[in-house]
Amino acid sequence: MKLFYHIGRYFILVWIILQKPERASIYRRQIVLEMDNLGLQSLGIVAIISVFMGAVVTIQTAFNTDHPLLPIYAIGFATRQAIILEFSPTVISLILAGKVGSRIASEIGTMRVTEQIDALEIMGVNAAGYLILPKIIASMIINPALVVISMFLGIFGGWVASAITGVVPLSNYVYGILFEFSQYDIYYALIKTVVFAFIIASVSGYFGFYAKGGALQVGHASTKAVVFSSIYVILFNLVLTQILLV
Amino acid sequence: MIRVNHLWKEFNRKPVLKDISLAFEKGKTNLVIGQSGSGKTVLMKCLVGLVEADRGNIYYDDRDFSAMGFKERRAIRKELGMLFQGAALFDSLTVEENILFPLNMFTTMTKGEKQKRVSFCLDRVDLHNVHHLLPAELSGGMKKRVAIARAIAIKPKYLFCDEPNSGLDPPTAILIDKLISEITAEFNITTVVNTHDLNSVMEIGDCVAFIYKGELWWTGTRHEILHSSNKELNHFVYATELMRTLNPGK
Repeated sequence: MKLFYHIGRYFILVWIILQKPERASIYRRQIVLEMDNLGLQSLGIVAIISVFMGAVVTIQTAFNTDHPLLPIYAIGFATRQAIILEFSPTVISLILAGKVGSRIASEIGTMRVTEQIDALEIMGVNAAGYLILPKIIASMIINPALVVISMFLGIFGGWVASAITGVVPLSNYVYGILFEFSQYDIYYALIKTVVFAFIIASVSGYFGFYAKGGALQVGHASTKAVVFSSIYVILFNLVLTQILLV
Repeated sequence: MIRVNHLWKEFNRKPVLKDISLAFEKGKTNLVIGQSGSGKTVLMKCLVGLVEADRGNIYYDDRDFSAMGFKERRAIRKELGMLFQGAALFDSLTVEENILFPLNMFTTMTKGEKQKRVSFCLDRVDLHNVHHLLPAELSGGMKKRVAIARAIAIKPKYLFCDEPNSGLDPPTAILIDKLISEITAEFNITTVVNTHDLNSVMEIGDCVAFIYKGELWWTGTRHEILHSSNKELNHFVYATELMRTLNPGK
């Protein structure tokens, strides 16, 4: 019963969020601000994880596909496919669910327990819309950009690993990276990322917006935001993979 | 004027407000007093629509607030100003941005006019050179004054103050009380103040309503409160040694 209660309340909140903004220019300014807070400030962690992720995928593939029938460029090909189709959109979204989700839930939760959300509502502002909509839109714009950067850095990380360890000659790695490249793979990854961005920002916003009590409850809301947005990202990853790759 | 008719509210089957009927007059500082847990804050939250009453009506100058939908209420809320117990300033915004917020959101004023209004509001609450400070850099009394400045920025018709001087030292508390009273008279607004501070009652209580265990127990003025024969009110008023010294008969 509690699950249905939360699902119902989540969809009501989303409906409130999507109401017409009071002043579009203020929302636009907020979106730019949130793109910096939620996106650009995550660039560092995304870059580090992507480079190492690409390097590890390349080395793992090289050690696990050591077969005379498999061409050596298959390592580069497998690295590219793994990074573009799965690692960059899903793993980076999971990382962002942790970093951005906890930030959104704790920021909005603190505003709730310190009566700042009440103050917005008393003024006649759609508090849910003002606080959550810019975060959703900013995430849906900036996360795909982060994922594209992650793809480049992941493939670059594989190249660096190949150069340092020599598990695959660089020319073969580059050939594998370019081999039978399909543009649709990028679209597929970006569609998933946009859906994940919506899930992360809206689910985290939901837990923050309905936080009650004090610091302890804001902490709980933040933890729940990360846990549930991660679960929904994984769940929707399965659903979208089935829908988009069939 | 705000009128409350037969208001009821309960939480988890426990009644918190029982048949409250009350009127808050325009141009006067209307105080709602009572012990902690008596239902003052719930009453105020019902008045502004943050909590939905179970039964009863609330009228803002004969406009039935209880019967209004979401959009109509939002229109009325633009006429409200509220001072929260903890000031509730937006902590990511500077003092100036906090006061500009409702002006940016709801007015078509030019940048110059808005700046003028911000300066006027800050001058009115006697704050200078704080425009670029963040709420975290202000003292408790200063935060309350900024919150008052933000509340009056859009020229509200109704002002609500929840425990405006809680956590403040006596001189600052009286300063805030007097500010609220002066602003009420100056702009002819309907002000409702929740308090359990008797200094506030004696300083600014034009009309006083005493709530006891969710029921309206007594109404009157600050002059009448010392001579009431109401037992529960006297127990509240004469709880301190100081008050008993002032009126040895009680």
